[in-house]
Amino acid sequence: MSESSATGVWRDVIGQPTAVQVLQDAVRDPARMTHGWLLTGPPGSGRSTAARAFAAALECPDDGCGQCRECRTVAEGTHADVTVMSTQGLSIQVRDARELARLAQHRPTVGHWRVIIIEDADRLTERAADALLKALEEPVPRTVWVLCAPSVEDVIITIRSRSRHIGLRTPAVAAVAELLTRRDGIDPQVALHAARAAQSHVGLARRLARDQGARTRRETTLLMAGRIRGLGDAMTAAADLAALATEESSAASGERNATEKMHLLEQLGADPAARTQPPHVRSQLSALEKEQKTRATRFGRDVIDRSLVDLLSIYRDALVVQLGEPVELVNTDLREEVLSLSTALRAEGLLNAMDAIGTARERITANVPPLLALEAMTISLQLPA
Amino acid sequence: MTGMPTYVLIAGPEQVLADRALASTIEAYRAVDPETEVIRMEASTYQPGELAMHASPSLFSGTKLLVVRDLDEGGDDLVQDVVALVETDLQDVWLTVLHKGGQRGKKALTALKNADARVIDAPAIKSDRDKSSFVMGEFQVARRKITPDAVRALLEAVGKDLSELASSCQQLIADTAGVVDEGRVALYYGGKVEATGFRVADAAVAGNAADALRLLRHALASGVDPVPIVAVLASQLRQVARVATAGGGSSGALAKSLGMAPWQVDRARQAARGWDGDRLGRAIQAVAAADFAVKGGGRDPVYAVEQAVLAITAQRHGAATGRAG
Repeated sequence: MSESSATGVWRDVIGQPTAVQVLQDAVRDPARMTHGWLLTGPPGSGRSTAARAFAAALECPDDGCGQCRECRTVAEGTHADVTVMSTQGLSIQVRDARELARLAQHRPTVGHWRVIIIEDADRLTERAADALLKALEEPVPRTVWVLCAPSVEDVIITIRSRSRHIGLRTPAVAAVAELLTRRDGIDPQVALHAARAAQSHVGLARRLARDQGARTRRETTLLMAGRIRGLGDAMTAAADLAALATEESSAASGERNATEKMHLLEQLGADPAARTQPPHVRSQLSALEKEQKTRATRFGRDVIDRSLVDLLSIYRDALVVQLGEPVELVNTDLREEVLSLSTALRAEGLLNAMDAIGTARERITANVPPLLALEAMTISLQLPA
Repeated sequence: MTGMPTYVLIAGPEQVLADRALASTIEAYRAVDPETEVIRMEASTYQPGELAMHASPSLFSGTKLLVVRDLDEGGDDLVQDVVALVETDLQDVWLTVLHKGGQRGKKALTALKNADARVIDAPAIKSDRDKSSFVMGEFQVARRKITPDAVRALLEAVGKDLSELASSCQQLIADTAGVVDEGRVALYYGGKVEATGFRVADAAVAGNAADALRLLRHALASGVDPVPIVAVLASQLRQVARVATAGGGSSGALAKSLGMAPWQVDRARQAARGWDGDRLGRAIQAVAAADFAVKGGGRDPVYAVEQAVLAITAQRHGAATGRAG
């Protein structure tokens, strides 16, 4: 990657020289531009950062200087012609998609382009995706769609065929650490450690570097691997993992839910202290509560998934040690645990354990109750007596 | 208007009883005046002022009976109108109100009671004991006899839904003569069992494959979805596993530390006999695989549940199958 390309709005898109090059060319040369883009890459690889940088570069008179008003407003999410759709619920519903399709017909107001970014295109329901097809297929001259998803398989084939695909890859640990140091002012040593532990997931690495609670939770999860002996331990470990997720989910959402409720009551002109609210307020409140509940479900699942990825890493490390590969360990701080795990289980056992973790992740996504999926997993993780 | 009160309140959640009470009330009013016009109103579609409109005297009409259903679902308008109507001096108009329970519309209820309304209770019938006394009552009213065994058989076959139970009683009363015994019930309702996920799980955990499969089929046939059945299988096995691995101690103390009810601990302990850790683990894994399959991971949810039940019973008997995933 030439140094000059990583300037301006592209500075935070780390470790993606090829992708950045393609996007930059599209900004500069109208012949290389198209109306629909699909950015894919593993979680934390910077899909949405890349999408926003692309949007800023399109709006910027100077192809993404990073300094002008256009660049700054896009970065802050207040640009009039850049719409970012993301969801904190489980899915993007058809009514949201219809709204976007309608918006796509409008000409841009202040900039050159109307950019519509869908951050979680994998969370589009089937009907929502169908609602977008028409708008994606028959583009309005100055509208650009940027869809982000973990992989091309996560969006329906008819969307895939209507957009240009750009794959992002996992950035290098050093690059992530450098970003944390530069952007968030985190101590280089801590940043490097966090980047490694988060397996190059930028957002996670930042959380690990800044939040002591997150570090402790991660360690608790990892230590679990060496402690499951017998069914009783397995059941307890599963219950602990599930409880950890609920705890974190409610801690993160409790305050926010209360503020949202307060805001809604204010907007409706209702008295927050009233013991019973009038019917029209009640129905709005219950709609809000429903939304908050799906958000909590999603959040809880995300937390569990993150713990499982952490857990996966220690088995991976044990396998690396056992095979004597000169690859860097993810959990350098827990070297002893890794070593004891690599002696307790043979390569076959380690692979089985990793398989079990993968199965549990898949099942939880498919709506199996997390506790049950975790129990089935921890039972497979029992160490031989 | 001799003998019949102006106001009747039918209070209670049991719809079968409430409907009957309403029918007999209407009949009683008709006995007073065969020309009575019955005007029915639903709380959900009630328009303000409707009651007053119907209650106002008319040149041509005779006596009227106003029936308001589901007062507990009504808005403030309805409650106010009922209270207002109770406070006015009604001429040739009767009012019957049905209320399923709860706090809503309490004002109207108090007003009705203060106006000496006749109150007919329609209490919920939930437990098997209530249901069997309901069946006995049905037969008593018809001056017929039914043996206790026949009552039990009838409850087992159609006991889930009270209206179905009531109509079954009526059918037996109408179609048979003499004492109704178990054979009679079997003739009409034989082979029908209303199984729940819990009964399936109990049989499966006890290792009784034939019973478990039979109950599973009954449950599925009577409309239970595979998803809750798998959930019950999982929770029963979880309880057994947690209790079995928790060691000794009083069931009270164990219940507290595991967050279960003491009777659940006792039952799980009983069920835990004949299981060991490895086999329980494999059974739980089989259920987890089935849960994934019934939620879209497999092609046939029923097959998945069946396989899970078979896997549990096989593990209970110590079959050396591989890990189920």
